Amino acid sequence: MALKPAQKALGPIRRSFAPWLDPSAVPLIRFENVVKRFGDFTAVDDVSIDIHGREFFALLGPSGCGKTTLMRMLAGFEEPTSGRITLAGQDLVGVPPYRRPVNMMFQSYALFPHMSVEQNIAFGLKQDKLPKAEIEARVKEMLRLVKLEPFASRKPHQLSGGQRQRVALARSLAKRPKVLLLDEPLGALDKKLREETQFELMDLQMELGLTFLIVTHDQEEAMTVADRIAVMNHGKLVQVATPGEIYEQPSCRYVAGFIGDINLFEAEVAASAGGLVTLKSAEVGATFSAAGEAAPGASVALAVRPEKVRISIDPPPADAANVLKGEVWDIAYLGDWTVFLVKAENSEKIVRVSRANVMRSETQPVAWDDKVHVWFAPDAGVLLSS
Amino acid sequence: MTDASAPTPAGASPWGRRLVIAIPYLWLLVFFLAPFFIVLKISFSDTVIAQPPYTPLLDLAQGWQGIKDWWAGLDAENYGILFEDELYVASYVSSLRIATIATLLTLLIAYPMAYGMARAPKGWRPMLLMAVILPFWTSLLIRVYAWIGILSPEGLLNAFLLGTGIISEPLYIMNTETAVFIGIVYSYLPFMVLPLYASLEKLDDTLLEAAADLGSPPWKAFWQITVPLSLPGVIAGCFLVFIPAVGEFVIPDLLGGSETLMIGKTLYNEFFMNRDWPVSSAIAVLLLLVLVLPIAIYNNVQAREVGAKT
Repeated sequence: MALKPAQKALGPIRRSFAPWLDPSAVPLIRFENVVKRFGDFTAVDDVSIDIHGREFFALLGPSGCGKTTLMRMLAGFEEPTSGRITLAGQDLVGVPPYRRPVNMMFQSYALFPHMSVEQNIAFGLKQDKLPKAEIEARVKEMLRLVKLEPFASRKPHQLSGGQRQRVALARSLAKRPKVLLLDEPLGALDKKLREETQFELMDLQMELGLTFLIVTHDQEEAMTVADRIAVMNHGKLVQVATPGEIYEQPSCRYVAGFIGDINLFEAEVAASAGGLVTLKSAEVGATFSAAGEAAPGASVALAVRPEKVRISIDPPPADAANVLKGEVWDIAYLGDWTVFLVKAENSEKIVRVSRANVMRSETQPVAWDDKVHVWFAPDAGVLLSS
Repeated sequence: MTDASAPTPAGASPWGRRLVIAIPYLWLLVFFLAPFFIVLKISFSDTVIAQPPYTPLLDLAQGWQGIKDWWAGLDAENYGILFEDELYVASYVSSLRIATIATLLTLLIAYPMAYGMARAPKGWRPMLLMAVILPFWTSLLIRVYAWIGILSPEGLLNAFLLGTGIISEPLYIMNTETAVFIGIVYSYLPFMVLPLYASLEKLDDTLLEAAADLGSPPWKAFWQITVPLSLPGVIAGCFLVFIPAVGEFVIPDLLGGSETLMIGKTLYNEFFMNRDWPVSSAIAVLLLLVLVLPIAIYNNVQAREVGAKT
């Protein structure tokens, strides 16, 4: 499924909220050179991240990349092999999980099966020995927040998957933690409900003014909910940036390939002048010009998102740069988008082009096996050196 | 969906299913219900010096008159004896008391064992289970005799304690109630450990993590999460130990003294020493009632709880 097109502005979605750009802002959570080894296996390899108060932060990566281990270290279920984790200036290493001001929503929800919805939500509050009236009030408030008032006295096995997810959320929010940890919170929901819940999570986070840290392998989910995303691979941090930056300015081939679809043209820098680089790509036998700077002779990849590539049967305007000829190999009609796979002339390269179906028409202007031109502007691509 | 009305899977005939269900019922009918009715019948009879030692006997050769005569000869006199003679009441009360205490002791020892087994590395668990079941490979009688060798004044335990200087006088455990407790706890421990292990092993570790995350230290989480979720295992284990322990005969006979009163021993004496089959049958029937009633009530409560859930 292709991603929605990115906004022209690459800043945060909440434009006024970008504490990570402010050098004087003090982060709430700091991972400092955190390493975690299980025997010979290094799950988290020298990770340093600053997460600010009221941020919705996503750890994104494939399974086994260390994102869950990183979160479990913040919750206190694992201790780092080396490095420091601080929360509001307090060093967390050695603090047991039941004394940490963070709460977690588990992937499996981990609801207590012998307790009712109410008792589950009240569990954390009872541990703090709050007065009975306050516990009751807080439970009521949580039930209202997740819209589960009619189900207060039900047991978890009498609820649907979506309702259980809400109980788990309410239970982890009831203690008003400084940080809410969400471990693949929507993994068990179907697609429609998942999307709905993503927006609810964002509203909830804004309404409560809490810091949310979400672990997910679903890039769309991370892009939807997060202010900033940390992409991880093999225990290492690859890039930390806003969703827009991650999508439009990936730092390397890995991030470019992991988030959304992308065309990568392997090329060599022929010349670089005035913010414009000339590239020779042996792969497709063409010369590209791209915005940026690079040392002549360097091997780079020119990364271009499919929606930034244009396609037509007629020749492009005379001043168009980066033109390739090809033949339509495959067409995927997705309703909102149509994806064309174009085989470039005299090469094996398949160029991916996507077009938003802004007009309601039954016939596509381009059909199977048509000879077409594809082209993109010099500022459409990103130069990747690693 | 060609035939939505058929509840059985394709190919399985309802008769096949009924046959499979009938086998255990038939077994219970022949080997449990029929003997029970024979015992019930004898309990309403009177004792005589004859072979068999009770009357009336059902004589079907006499036809309808034979059945009528037999029915007229039955009475509940033996049950009256059970309540008149203090020995029987005291035996029942003492049996229930000893079985209750022994069950609680077994639970106290079995719970940490089962907990340790359930928390042990996965590879060890089959071996630990084997170790729990291993004693069954030796006859119960031999194992109880072995305890005589351990507990008697000149036995292994005293030899060890005297030898190491922990005590200066031998302990007299044999032929006391303590010996009976030791015997029952030892013999029935596997019946408590296995259901406890089964319920503890199913416990999801993330529930304990969730409890810790919400501010509950490990010792509190044990009482709040682990214990309530292992309750079905506790109840099953207690039934499995308590019920046979009430009627236990071998252990009090071999390890207990003359003052240890248990209904199994009383029943044995009535049957083999006094040859009073009707009274011993009445003892057995009353014991069954004493044990079945609480189980029936418990089952009823359980069923209602399950009914409320669905």
